[in-house]
Amino acid sequence: MSERKIRVLVAKPGLDGHDRGAKVVARALRDAGMEVIYTGLRQTPEMIAESALQEDVDAVGLSILSGAHMALVPRILDLLKANGQTQVKVFLGGIIPDEDVPRLLEMGVAGVYGPGTLTDEIIRDIRRTVNPDLVQ
Amino acid sequence: MDLAAAVLEGDRLALARCLTHVENGAPEGREALNRLFPNTGRAHLIGITGAPGTGKSSLVNQLARYYRQPGGLENSGRMRPLRIGIVAIDPTSPFTGGAILGDRVRMRDIAGDPGVFIRSMATRGSLGGLANATAGLVQVMDAAGFEVILIETVGAGQAEVDIARLAHTTLVVEAPGLGDDIQAIKAGILEIADILVINKFDQPGAEAAERALRSMLKLAHPMPHVFRHHGQQEIVPSGYPDREDKPLWMPPLQRSVATEGVGIVELANAIERHYQFLHDTGEWQQREQARLQAELDAILQETLVERWRSSVSEKRYDDVLASIVARDVSPWQAVKTLLDGDSG
Repeated sequence: MSERKIRVLVAKPGLDGHDRGAKVVARALRDAGMEVIYTGLRQTPEMIAESALQEDVDAVGLSILSGAHMALVPRILDLLKANGQTQVKVFLGGIIPDEDVPRLLEMGVAGVYGPGTLTDEIIRDIRRTVNPDLVQ
Repeated sequence: MDLAAAVLEGDRLALARCLTHVENGAPEGREALNRLFPNTGRAHLIGITGAPGTGKSSLVNQLARYYRQPGGLENSGRMRPLRIGIVAIDPTSPFTGGAILGDRVRMRDIAGDPGVFIRSMATRGSLGGLANATAGLVQVMDAAGFEVILIETVGAGQAEVDIARLAHTTLVVEAPGLGDDIQAIKAGILEIADILVINKFDQPGAEAAERALRSMLKLAHPMPHVFRHHGQQEIVPSGYPDREDKPLWMPPLQRSVATEGVGIVELANAIERHYQFLHDTGEWQQREQARLQAELDAILQETLVERWRSSVSEKRYDDVLASIVARDVSPWQAVKTLLDGDSG
């Protein structure tokens, strides 16, 4: 009997302690039938990439409210690539200024979600972009 | 290069991918397991179970840290850090099929260590405290060369005892304030403990919990001892006259405060003593055989049902089901009808 689930790592890189958004999204993804690996606060890019590898996730959701996204996100993308996890989609939420969004998408981020985003939108985007075999 | 070979060579991405295939019951996973199986049977499998919130993940974190010490373990003669695999299980929602796997939150200290591999898994409908694929994941890690594999069950209540069948050494984690001495003599989870841990020992009620558990252990594991009462003395033999000459394992009670790292060395020593006991008494072999037999039986059952289902038409099955629903035949009669092939 073969059973596949979308696995998502939800992590908060950097030093801000505001994890409510990450928890709301984690809960929403769970309710959408996904398996969410929740790693908690203050994760380094190295920890996130290593967790993503060990858990063999399909997507990584990052929540950053500290303003450090332009430093943290490229580092995480590079580490994922260095580990051979080119298929992993990275989604970003939190406080991200509009002018940074095009550059983040260019780097390879699959989606950026600011305050007020409906969780349904995130769920839909994850389902659409991860490995198509997995869509439930 | 194929997956199994890459796992044996220590490729971490291949290991992660292989675990996914095994967990999903995919053909690639089964193929890999067949190839890897001859390399299994070397790791010490340690189960950690107990009620939610007793501190299982924190204990796993501390034990892994201890095993990763640069100098190795003083008491076991293993003079280098051990490679540690961790399988941490959390429940799947029965309503949505989703899950939040949060055990990594407590395992930050070991998250970046290349000698540790942590894999979270959801129960996916299994009820015994493990997921159906847990044994398979453990086999893959065993073959990949992890010397100690820590298996953390879901927060378990009274009856989630599958871990005792999978692990060589089972730790049952208790915390103060979870129940009185009647809870302690009920059947179930306490019975499977090879080592009982009272975590959060800095909390109120710790001594009372320890007393209740100690008296339970004495009832469950009668040892020869001297009984003194009102000045009289009597030597009471153990409850196992036929095993008087064989050493028995009395589950030790270990105190710990996992968040502070208190009691971890003592706990690791108790685990080491149990490991020695299993080898010295031949019980290691017995447990291995019992475990593999359980696995064989489970696979046999699943395969037989699958094979039989593919040999019978949907319609015939539905007809029989309808006759049960109509209360024309009992489920037992229905099975007989289906298997014997007569029209009943």
